[in-house]
Amino acid sequence: MIDYNKVLNSKVTDIKPSGIRKFFDIAEQMKDVISLGVGEPDFPTPWHIRSEAIHSLEKGRTRYTSNAGLLKMREEIAAVTKRKYGMEYNPNTEILVSIGGSEAIDGVIRAVVDSGDEVIIPQPSYVCYEPITLLAGGTPVIIETKAENEFRITPEELKKAITPKTKLLILPYPCNPTGAIMRKCDLEAIAEVLKGTNILVLSDEIYSELTFGTEKHVSIASIDGMWERTVVVNGFSKAYSMTGWRLGYAMGPEAIIKQVTKIHQFAIMCAPTISQYAAIEALRNGDDDIEKMREEYDMRRRLIVDGFNKLGLTCREPLGAFYAFPSIESTGLTSDEFCEKLLYSKGVAIVPGTAFGKGGEGFVRASYCYSIDHIKTALERIGEFLKELK
Amino acid sequence: MNIKLLKLLSKNARYSVSELATMLGTDENTVQAEINEMKKNGLIRGYKAVIDWEKLDTGAVSAIIELKVSPQADHGFEEIAKRVMMYSEVESVYLMSGGYDLCVTVRGKSFQQVAMFVAKELSTIDAVNSTATHFILRRYKELDVVLCDGDYDDRGSISL
Repeated sequence: MIDYNKVLNSKVTDIKPSGIRKFFDIAEQMKDVISLGVGEPDFPTPWHIRSEAIHSLEKGRTRYTSNAGLLKMREEIAAVTKRKYGMEYNPNTEILVSIGGSEAIDGVIRAVVDSGDEVIIPQPSYVCYEPITLLAGGTPVIIETKAENEFRITPEELKKAITPKTKLLILPYPCNPTGAIMRKCDLEAIAEVLKGTNILVLSDEIYSELTFGTEKHVSIASIDGMWERTVVVNGFSKAYSMTGWRLGYAMGPEAIIKQVTKIHQFAIMCAPTISQYAAIEALRNGDDDIEKMREEYDMRRRLIVDGFNKLGLTCREPLGAFYAFPSIESTGLTSDEFCEKLLYSKGVAIVPGTAFGKGGEGFVRASYCYSIDHIKTALERIGEFLKELK
Repeated sequence: MNIKLLKLLSKNARYSVSELATMLGTDENTVQAEINEMKKNGLIRGYKAVIDWEKLDTGAVSAIIELKVSPQADHGFEEIAKRVMMYSEVESVYLMSGGYDLCVTVRGKSFQQVAMFVAKELSTIDAVNSTATHFILRRYKELDVVLCDGDYDDRGSISL
């Protein structure tokens, strides 16, 4: 009998499945759950994009593409990036098409992080950065962002976290789960700290199209002096409602992208061809879809934020992504207790803030990727729950 | 603001003024004033429920009737359209481009009743040259509302 504990890679086995998993399983098995729990759009992919995929199937474009992705697609990515965010990338050497933003994040961290290197990760944030860093042999250094700073990272926090071993800073903005964004002035302050060092930045901008303030999304790569040290990761899942198509990309200096492409070449070969053809259509003719969905999210966002505040759960205005992140401190419960009790007593599924790092304690994440009626029903039930708590 | 408000109301006329104000990022008084104004100037003509009558199984039917008509000298199609819409059976009247002139939707208690209404009332109007009656067999979507089993949410309850 093999003792699997001895044969498996300890870096992998040491990564403990998050405790939240159990809660998820219960939520999935319960009937009649009103969920505000998912991290993906409810809109179907716009029809003209789906139609392009069907067309590409009909034409028999079903083979591998080049490792880095269809050149036409990379050209469109370069054009859209320049038009929307102002950065320039050479489609031949500075862009890699990946399987969702996730693969790009994995590839960049693996290409950059050597054993013992430190990776600075702001939390609460999406859950992948820490395990991927560990798998790459790196050491995660967590910055717990603060509600009073609107969950932005400050230059002071960054300075404190930097050591001679710091290799990489992850910038996950607009942020899942907090809805925080980094404004241009915030990014400039971060850039000031990094200039003159060898620290690289992985800017996960998957929610870049979903910002709701007066200012549109700004990429740190567009800040003076930051292009050379930044890899931007973006993708199609959130902006075009294309989660299942698994398509993202990384953009950065050739020296880095070349190495990420090497990993991608051996581990993946290429992103799905059909998705790539559909994505070209999305990039060329998808602006109106994005705007329509953004407007719809914006109305839901106002409704849900207002709803939580009226219920006495203080909720800051999230300026990006599609999550509200209200504080549940007034209930005296922990995030886990709150979510578990709410699920059992009212059948409403939301995610405890602690799923996104210790700093998420005292908060819960409610996605507003749901119809207005659905959101209203969920809020009503949360209201009943809070009344019964008293 | 008007367009956004109208879009919301056309999606669901039962949103409260307070909900509308929140979603539009404005206050209740402004929304109420806008709605009053739009009612007054005829932009908003009414609010109705979208009903799946088939569920009641009363045997009532609807038909779309194409009318070819001779336009009147002074009034064009206006007068004949206004004449047609007087009937309580008539739910809508549209002037059309293409192969016929007026598109009329009619609702009646039975196939027979609708057929008789067309034969006795609509075809006998002087200006009406011919009619073609198309009975509606099933409604899948009406006024943007899906009446059949539509898409279901396959996203599960929780993902990060």
